[in-house]
Amino acid sequence: MANVKGSSVCRTAVDEGKPADWIPGGEKQTVVDPMKMFHELPREKLFITGSEAARESMRRANIDIAIAYPITPQSESMQQAGYLYDEGYIKEYYRAEEEIGTFSAISGASRAGVRSLTATSGPGLMRGMEAISSWPGARTPIIMLNMCRVINTPLAIQPDNIEMSFMLNTGILLLHAENQQDFYDYPLAAICASEQVDVTLPAVVSVDGFFCTHARGPVEITPEEYKLPPRDGWRSAVPAMDNENPPARISRDAPIQKSNFISYHMHSSWQQEVFAAVERSAKYFRDYLGGLVEVVNPGAEDFIIASGCAVSQAREAIRQEGENGRKVGLVKVKTIRPFPTEEILDAVKGAKRILIPEFNQAGWLHKEVCSVLYGRCNAVIKDGPRVFGGMTMPTEMILEWLEEFRKEVK
Amino acid sequence: MSLETLRPTPAFKDVLPIEYSDLVEHGPYNNRGGDGSKQTVKVTDMGKFKEVIEEHPMCAGCAMTLFIRLTYIGMPNPEHTIVVGTAGCGRLAISQASVPFIYGNYGDTNAVASGLKRGLEVRYPNQKKDVVVMAGDGGLIDIGFQGLMHSWFRKEKFTTIMLDNEVYGNTGGQESGMTNHGKVLKMAPRGKFGDKVDALGLAKVAGVDYIARLAPTNPARVARTVRRAIMVAREVGHSYIQAYTSCNIEYSIPTPDVMKDAFEIEKERYGFEEIISPAAKAYLDEVEKKPKKKKSD
Repeated sequence: MANVKGSSVCRTAVDEGKPADWIPGGEKQTVVDPMKMFHELPREKLFITGSEAARESMRRANIDIAIAYPITPQSESMQQAGYLYDEGYIKEYYRAEEEIGTFSAISGASRAGVRSLTATSGPGLMRGMEAISSWPGARTPIIMLNMCRVINTPLAIQPDNIEMSFMLNTGILLLHAENQQDFYDYPLAAICASEQVDVTLPAVVSVDGFFCTHARGPVEITPEEYKLPPRDGWRSAVPAMDNENPPARISRDAPIQKSNFISYHMHSSWQQEVFAAVERSAKYFRDYLGGLVEVVNPGAEDFIIASGCAVSQAREAIRQEGENGRKVGLVKVKTIRPFPTEEILDAVKGAKRILIPEFNQAGWLHKEVCSVLYGRCNAVIKDGPRVFGGMTMPTEMILEWLEEFRKEVK
Repeated sequence: MSLETLRPTPAFKDVLPIEYSDLVEHGPYNNRGGDGSKQTVKVTDMGKFKEVIEEHPMCAGCAMTLFIRLTYIGMPNPEHTIVVGTAGCGRLAISQASVPFIYGNYGDTNAVASGLKRGLEVRYPNQKKDVVVMAGDGGLIDIGFQGLMHSWFRKEKFTTIMLDNEVYGNTGGQESGMTNHGKVLKMAPRGKFGDKVDALGLAKVAGVDYIARLAPTNPARVARTVRRAIMVAREVGHSYIQAYTSCNIEYSIPTPDVMKDAFEIEKERYGFEEIISPAAKAYLDEVEKKPKKKKSD
């Protein structure tokens, strides 16, 4: 509904069937300071699906434009975004032709300086990967919700988070939601961090499909009359492509293709800056999320490090271990990028055994943890258990692995 | 940006590069009144005023370069225009212009422009921003085909200009969808198998509001066509220009004969043609009638 007020473009809310006195939902909301929204506003507890949690998050996120192509299990959320557009909480919205078109278009929208949201799942993410991997270098703040699903052949729609590993080295901010509550909170935090001047990067909030998106869980939400401040297109590490910034020649995506020493330096320093910006985002996530990790049972000899749904399963496992008098620690990794190296090191410094359960066959979190703990921690790190292709991870599985681990490493 | 933003502060005028002052004082930025529908920088004065694009690394005699220069002269409001391109020869010149240029991924132009235009409408409800895609035949009809067609179906309010040199010039001379049947080029060692894609026909079927085909044989007509296309995209719907911009390298056209070739091809199969929807026609009639004295270029 780009043209509700003051624009001469043909399409208006009235053209689209709204009464002349219609007030978009977003205009009835009050802007609130992000820290107040995250930590102070009263919350109401609902029992809703992850997709519904995403909808409530989007309702409060002051989104200017949402573009997506349907794919299971993402569509549950992005059709909700359509309803939010119809209600006037999102100003512009369309169903794009497919994912390359979607992720290219959303980068165009972000270049205009407006808050831009999209979402996808497994194969859709892979289809749009060329566009996605160009977002950070273009310094486009974009929020993408990623409802994980298997990407391998044979084709399946089941949950599996292997796709997250493809985003690890792109320069994208990557969060992994554990449950429906996180899928409400993390997008709002990710938007605020991604639009900071010293960050100016896209952010992806991944969640394990179906387990979270299609199942209900308790979600505490803030009153719907409050929304985040709008994106300020002028506050950015690079100017918006709106032709409002002299000097006129700002083709910031200029072809740095000439084969000479200067062009190599330009490209390498640009990349360095992108990855430095990822690290700079950590301070904002610490404020917004109360830390990049959550540590349960600090000081334990046995630790589980996990992200996403595996955290929930691990929580139950360590509770049962507690009932049997065994203290097992848990590190929940909230932000995969920036990766909380120091926080993890600090949490597991006295540990003897670290178990890393995952919902994918590659064990990307295990590799991440190993790469930062190598030579800096005495614990033995075990990769597993792992489930994938849509399998669930019973708590008993984690308990058995812990028992085995204790026998292996005395 | 407004002209006031661009106009040099008097106090700094003497230390500004002469090119910058010239662009504002004697270039297309400063020579248009009102909504830009009136052309006051004359193509016939080319060489006497500062152009939006002056330096470029294109091959000697390149017809595409001439067309791009004329496009920038024809823009109704270059100070509020953003150009979107993709890989190909054209971007080597386009990226040198004093108009923001988005150099995206392969074949993503019309998707990027869709998001950009809609985003700009949200952010600047009271200031028209013109978005122009300028990309090659391969970038649009081959790798960018899906995005191109769907931007047409959605009637996105921007202009697509195809720089049709009928070959992948930048990668060294491979045949494209716009190459003519039977033409022997790289990757078509036995001659191009299929026919040249009827992009104008596709545009018509897709309901594009303003469609034009031309060769850069008549400079004033190029500028006028570009201006009409951008004006239609601003207020009515999508517009598409398909321009014959020969590749004298890959088609072995002697540099002095580039324009001769353009005239020949124009006569043979690339004649000037406009296909205008009733809505676009009504709009153009209205804006082009406004000035008391109708100026021809």
